[in-house]
Amino acid sequence: MDITVTVNGRQYRRTIEPRVLLAYFLRDELGLTGTHLGCDTSNCGACVVWLDGLPVKSCTVLAAMADGKQVRTVESLARNGQLDPVQQAFIDCHGAQCGFCTPGMLMTARWLLDRDPDPSEERIREAISGQLCRCTGYENIVRAIRRAAELSNTADDDGSSAALAGEQRDEVAS
Amino acid sequence: MTADGNGSAFGSRIRKEDARFVRGLGKFVDDVVLPGMLHGAMLRSPMAHARIVSVDVSAALAHPRVKTVITGEMLAERGMAWMPTLSYDQQAVLATDKVRFQGQEVAFVVAEDRYAARDALELIDVEYEPLPAVVDAHQALAPDAPVIRDDRPGQQDNHIFDWESGDAQRVAEVFAEADVVVEQDMLYPRVHPAPLETCGIVADMDPVSGRLTVWSTAQAPHAHRSLYAQLTGIPEHRIRVIANDIGGGFGNKVGVYPGYVCAIVASMITQQPVKWIEDRAENLMSTAFARDYHMRGEIAARSDGTILGLRVRVLADHGAFNATAQPSRYPAGFFGVFTGSYDLQAAHCSVTGVYTNKAPGGVAYSCSFRVTEAVYLVERMVDLLACELDMDPAELRMRNLIRPEQFPYDTATGWRYDSGDYPRALAKLLDMAGYHDLRAEQAAKRERGELMGIGLSFFTEAVGAGPRKHLDMYGFGMADGAELRVHPSGTAVLRVSCMSQGQGHETTFAQLVANELGIGVDEVDVVQGDTDHTPFGVGTYGSRSIAVSGAAAVTVARKVREQARLIAAAMLEADPEDLEWGDGRWYVRGVEGAGHTLAEIARAAHADIDLPDGVDGQLAASTVYNPPNLTFPFGAYLCVVDVDPDTGQVTVRRFVAVDDCGVRINPMIVDGQIHRGLADGIGMALMEHIAFDADGNHLGGSFMDYLLPTALECPSWELGETVTPSPHHPVGAKGIGEAATVGSPAAVVNAVMDALRPCGVRHADMPLTPAAVWRAIQGRALRSDLAIR
Ligand code: FES
Ligand code: FES
Repeated sequence: MDITVTVNGRQYRRTIEPRVLLAYFLRDELGLTGTHLGCDTSNCGACVVWLDGLPVKSCTVLAAMADGKQVRTVESLARNGQLDPVQQAFIDCHGAQCGFCTPGMLMTARWLLDRDPDPSEERIREAISGQLCRCTGYENIVRAIRRAAELSNTADDDGSSAALAGEQRDEVAS
Repeated sequence: MTADGNGSAFGSRIRKEDARFVRGLGKFVDDVVLPGMLHGAMLRSPMAHARIVSVDVSAALAHPRVKTVITGEMLAERGMAWMPTLSYDQQAVLATDKVRFQGQEVAFVVAEDRYAARDALELIDVEYEPLPAVVDAHQALAPDAPVIRDDRPGQQDNHIFDWESGDAQRVAEVFAEADVVVEQDMLYPRVHPAPLETCGIVADMDPVSGRLTVWSTAQAPHAHRSLYAQLTGIPEHRIRVIANDIGGGFGNKVGVYPGYVCAIVASMITQQPVKWIEDRAENLMSTAFARDYHMRGEIAARSDGTILGLRVRVLADHGAFNATAQPSRYPAGFFGVFTGSYDLQAAHCSVTGVYTNKAPGGVAYSCSFRVTEAVYLVERMVDLLACELDMDPAELRMRNLIRPEQFPYDTATGWRYDSGDYPRALAKLLDMAGYHDLRAEQAAKRERGELMGIGLSFFTEAVGAGPRKHLDMYGFGMADGAELRVHPSGTAVLRVSCMSQGQGHETTFAQLVANELGIGVDEVDVVQGDTDHTPFGVGTYGSRSIAVSGAAAVTVARKVREQARLIAAAMLEADPEDLEWGDGRWYVRGVEGAGHTLAEIARAAHADIDLPDGVDGQLAASTVYNPPNLTFPFGAYLCVVDVDPDTGQVTVRRFVAVDDCGVRINPMIVDGQIHRGLADGIGMALMEHIAFDADGNHLGGSFMDYLLPTALECPSWELGETVTPSPHHPVGAKGIGEAATVGSPAAVVNAVMDALRPCGVRHADMPLTPAAVWRAIQGRALRSDLAIR
C-alpha cells in the first residue's frame, strides 16, 4: 500500500506492506535508527516517538496508521546543531549509560516538559513509568528531566517544541 | 591524584559517549546495514524435552523470498552441529537428536527481509516425540529421572559436578562448640539480565578474500573470534569481530549463541551478509539466565553473637547444557567467598551442579561469578541469627566484621581480601540512614499494627579476575592487553581488549591515560570492541575492566612516560635519572616549570634529534597486565520498606548505599553504576523470576510476565562512599560494575522479613511479589520442595 508520512517535518511517500510496524518503517525505510526496539510487545518504550504530537510506542503502531500524520523522532530534537535542553540535561546528569533507552526517554521527556514545564519528581517518574531502563536505576533520568526543566525555564528561548508537532520542517534529510 | 600523574583527569563529570547517544546516533548492531544483506530467523522448540523425528523444510525453501534454511543435519555435515561452551561442555547449535529446553534452536531461515524470514518459520514442519522433562532441580538426580544429556558419552544421569571449598572437619568442630546454630533453606531464583537491547549479529563472509567480518553484541570480542575460528575452520587472522555500541550486557552477552553461528554459516552459504536479531521472547527464553541456586545455610555462633562458622550446601541448576561463563577451574564461580565480610573460624560449602530441561547459562546478571548468591546467603543467615539471638542486626554485623588491621585478610575458604575498613562503612551507613530513628519509627508503627521493615546487608565483592596462574576463560588466562600510541602532536590513542556495554569506557580509560601523561581527556581516544584494532583480552564482565584493563592502560601509559623521559633527557642534555615528572612535563630536578610537555617530546621523537638507547622514533608501547590478585570492593546497604498487610504489596521507601570501590576515577559514572545495581536488587527481590510449569514451559517470555522495575518502583537512591585504595592496583581502583547488584537484594529481602517479623515470618524466597508476601503473612508454606538433604 502507499502511504505518505511526515517525519520530522519532511514528507515521505512510500509503498509498504500493510503489516509493517512504524518502528521498522522509520528504521529500515527511512534509516532513522535512533528509534530502538527492546521488546516489540509494547512493554519497554525504547521505541517511543510522537504521532501527531502524542508519544506512542512505535512497535505497536502500524506504519499504515501514520498515513497522513506527523511523526517526530529523536533525530529532530537538536535544531540547527543546537541540542534540545533535554538532550543537554541528559549529558549533564549522566542520564544515559548504554544509550539504548535514551531516545524514547528523551521523546517522553520533551513531551512532558511541553505540557508541564516544571514537573515534580513524582510526575516525572509517572511519565516515564511505561519505559524501561536497565542501566540507570532511573535516578539520573529523573534528575536530567528536572534539570531540563530548569534549563528551559532560565533560557530566553525556552526550548519548547510543542509547535513543531503540527508544522512542516525540513531540517532532517532522509 | 597519583604521585606520578598530574591528577587533574580524575573526578571530572563528563562522558564522551553521550554526544552520540542523546542524538540517537549510537551505532548498535541492528543499525548495521550492508548491501545485499539478508535476514535470519530462528525456529525454536515448543517443547522442553523431545526426540526429533523429522525436520521438513521444503515448504519454507519454496517461499519466494527465502534464500536458504539451515538445519541441524546441514550443520552436522560441516561438523558444526555442536559448539563448545565456556565450561568445556558442548551445546547444540541446531538440534539434531533431541531438543532439551523450550526455546532451543532447531532451524534457521534466511530470507530477503525480516518479515519473510519470520513467515517461513511457520512453513517448517518438525515432528517431535515428547519425552518427560526434568524441571525441578531436586528431581534431576532421582534414579528414575530421564537422562537429558545422552549425547555425552558415558553420561548416565543428570549430574554435572561436585565441588567443595573450605574445611568440613573444622566446621564440624566449631559447630560442636557453638551455643546456637541456625539453618535455613533458600532459593536464589532463576532470573535474567534482560539488557534493553537483545542479542544480535551481522555476519559478512567475503568469498574472495576468505575474510569473515562479524558485528555483534559481544562483551568478549576476542574470545568470540577464537571460538569462531575453532568452529568454522576460518583462520583466526581472517576473522574480525566488531562490537560497536552495546545496549547493555550484564553478562548476557559474554557467550556465543547458536544464532551467531547460524548467521555466520548462512553468510558462508549465501555469500551475502546475514543479520540476525533475536526478539525479546527469544532473549528471555534461550540466552544466559542467572542464579538458580538452591541453598541450605547453617550458621553457628556463641550466645554473645560471635559468629563461629558457616556451612552451605548448594544444588545448582545449570539447565540443559553446562554453559556457565566463569573461570574454568571454578565450576561454582566465586561462590567460595560466601563467608562474606565476617571474621569467622571455619567454613565449608559443597556445590552440586545438575542438568535440567531449561536454557543454559547461570553466570550472568552482574553476579561477579556468583558472588551475588554468596552474599545473599551469608547476609540472610546473619539476619536469621540476629533474630534467633534477638540482637540488632547492625550490632551483630558490627561485632563480626573483619577489622581494618586484619587486612590483607585470609578467609576460611582461602581468599585474600586486599584492603578494607568495614566498620567505618557500616557506621557511615547507619549515620546516613538515621538508623536509630528508623528503629524508633518502626517500633511506633508496630504498636499500630503497621508493617515497616529495615534491612541491612554488608557485602564484599571479589572482582577483577584475575591472576592468570589461577584463572582462565576457556584456556585463556585472564590477563588483558593494552596498546598506547602518542601522535606527533601529543594526542593519544589507547586500544583495549575490554568492551563497554554502557559503562563509559571511552571516558574512564581516557581519564586514566590523560592522568598519567598530563594531557587532556579530550586528547585521548579509546578504541575497543574491534579485534583487528585491539590487543587480545578476555572481555568485560565480572567487574574486571577497571581492575584489569584499567591497570593495563595505566601500565602502558607509564611505559610511554618512561620513553618520554629518555627523549626529554636527550632534549635537555641531562641524565634521565635527574629528571622529574610533574604538572605534565619532564624537567630537570629543581627546575620546575621548565622541561618539556608530552606534546613537545612526542614531536621531538619524530624529529631529527639523536635518540638515546632504549627508544625508537615514536612514543608507543604495549603491555599485558596480569593482576597479582583479585580486588575486593565492599559496601554497606540499608533498605526501608512498608508492607501492606492486606495485599502483600511491598513499597521500597528508602535505599541508602555506602560503597567503597577504592579510588574513583569518574565519580559520576561510579554513581551511575551503583544506581543500576540497586534497581537490579529491587527487581530481583520483589519482581523478577524466570519460572516454568511442570512440563518445562517457560512462563516469562515477555516483559509482561518477566517484570522489571520501572521508575515507580525505584526510590531516589541515597549514596555515600568511603575510599580504601586497592594496594595492588596501579591507581588503587577496585571496580564497581556489579557491586550494587551483588549487595542489594539481601538488603531488600532482609527489610521485608524484618517487616513481617510481627507476623511470625522467618523466611520467604525471592521474588517477594504481593502474592508471595501475602501467603507468608497467612503462614502458608512457601516452596517447601526446596529442602536440600
Ligand atoms: S520496542 Fe516498543 S515498547 Fe519495547
Ligand atoms: S541507558 Fe541502557 S537501558 Fe537506559
